[in-house]
Amino acid sequence: MVALAEAITHPAAGAALDIEQVGHAFDIDGTELPVLSDVSISVEPGEFVALLGPSGCGKSTLLRLVAGLDRPKAGTLREDEARITRPHPSRVVVFQDPTLFPWRSVWDNVALGLEAQGILKSQRHRVDAALDLVGLSSFRNAYPHQLSGGMAQRVALARALVNDPKILILDEPLGKLDSLTRITMQAELVALWQRKGFTTLLVTHDAEEALVLANRVIVFSDRPARVKADIRVDRPYPRHRGDPYLADLRRQILGLLGLDATW
Amino acid sequence: MSTYSLSDGLASGAPRLSRAPLLASWIRVSGAGILASVAWIAFGLSCLWWADVGDWSRTHSLGIAALVIAAIALFGTVGADYLGSAGKALHKRAPWLVALGMFLCVWEVATAKFAWLPLPFFPPPQAIIEVYTDDLPKLLDSVFASVKLQLGGYLIGATVGFLTGVSIGWSRAVGYWVHPVLRFIGPLPATAWLPIAFFTFPSSWSASTFLIALATGFPVTVLTWSGVASVSNAYYDVARTLGAKPSFLVLKVAIPAALPHVFVGLFMGLGSSFAVLVVAEMIGVKAGLGWYLQWAQGWAAYANMYAALIVMSLLCSGAITLLFSIRDRLLVWQKGTVKW
Repeated sequence: MVALAEAITHPAAGAALDIEQVGHAFDIDGTELPVLSDVSISVEPGEFVALLGPSGCGKSTLLRLVAGLDRPKAGTLREDEARITRPHPSRVVVFQDPTLFPWRSVWDNVALGLEAQGILKSQRHRVDAALDLVGLSSFRNAYPHQLSGGMAQRVALARALVNDPKILILDEPLGKLDSLTRITMQAELVALWQRKGFTTLLVTHDAEEALVLANRVIVFSDRPARVKADIRVDRPYPRHRGDPYLADLRRQILGLLGLDATW
Repeated sequence: MSTYSLSDGLASGAPRLSRAPLLASWIRVSGAGILASVAWIAFGLSCLWWADVGDWSRTHSLGIAALVIAAIALFGTVGADYLGSAGKALHKRAPWLVALGMFLCVWEVATAKFAWLPLPFFPPPQAIIEVYTDDLPKLLDSVFASVKLQLGGYLIGATVGFLTGVSIGWSRAVGYWVHPVLRFIGPLPATAWLPIAFFTFPSSWSASTFLIALATGFPVTVLTWSGVASVSNAYYDVARTLGAKPSFLVLKVAIPAALPHVFVGLFMGLGSSFAVLVVAEMIGVKAGLGWYLQWAQGWAAYANMYAALIVMSLLCSGAITLLFSIRDRLLVWQKGTVKW
């Protein structure tokens, strides 16, 4: 496991993210369905922030706004003071489904970002390095259908990391994996984040995952989502699931989500 | 001695148990090949034994050729061990060789020998062979003309159809204008244009090329369009967050994702363009296999018609096979996801 100190040696790698009074709504058959209401979050460079909330509360919508895939109906989002208006490879998303392109080999999938930016020819080594990073160099010529779920998600992670993002946006990336693969990949995510120092935004509905991974856990209310609590998690890595401090936080969080009766 | 098939689980050096199962397995492996040889001997003898009821010059040669094929089948089966892949290929096709030999034998007897089927509408095999040997130059000219016309029309139609399909699938504005036109004109059989096309185009060749292109273009357009339209938004989202420009989204996301659909359109277009080709050649163009068929019918040269039909079906199935192999090459990534 990479030491925490190493993360501090690259403080510039991550970008600051400011979400200011953002509101958003969907049009569904003419009626307006509000999904986000007056959300303000300020993320420091290099922070690992988990967004936690009930299913369908609008967390993923917020991620799409941060990625620049959609424009907010109200408020502004800024990356290092610059307003976010469209997608940019400095903010890369890893979705719940790996969404690898089935017609491309693993290597070509990872190369996608560099190819799209027209810099692949001179930067091929970055693709190799990204594949190394997720431990899939030997699968470079495989096609996505030949990979297991965990491997496919690793490729998706490599495809994101090859762009050296300043903000890594994770939309329940481990949600569909089996519990063993999940635990392994959680540890890998923390190690990558510590090594690279990017700012990370993780949407999850698993309180334990949020607490094991993040510096900061933001709890959302039901739709339309607003910030219900902003909790700092000051524990060194690697964290242990049995840590009583985390267990206590988890009880608190589940209480905020209205699930305390079950614990 | 023939080899055991792998399923027997015996290595070449394994001890042999007894004679009876050995013979049984030999018959199982080589039986079809022996039968094929017998069928072709029967065909050859049926050519040579009785006198022809008509006047055909190739009966004797055909009989000899059939016996030669029978001999090849026999030696190929007995010596399969020494022939490698050729022996295997023969073994695989042996049942078909049996069927073919029997069919030819019945055909020969029913036409040339006892005229159970009325002549000249049912010519014997040797009459068709005679066409291939004596009328070869004219037949080859026809093949060449047909291939040229078909290839030109098909390539134009496929290219235009593909480009139109991608534009409709991609751009709402193009879709607004092209979609109604497509709905109005597309379902019309291309042959319905024949009379108009032959008037308005400067030559019958350009008219036919246009019609073949039309017949090809419609299915290619519709399927390319539906392929592009059905590409999951998630792929575009991924590409956009990685910095893709619109041209990248079209060329590297939409088109490769739509390619399986495009090939369905190309297959359908190939089928319907064959129909147009033959009709166009029969009606307006003074060359090609369609024209040859028409000409042969005018002279009541039925053997020539059958000969031309056989060539035509070989060409059509050859074209389909070619398209299949192009698809297999381009869509190799589908191999694990789709049942072939």
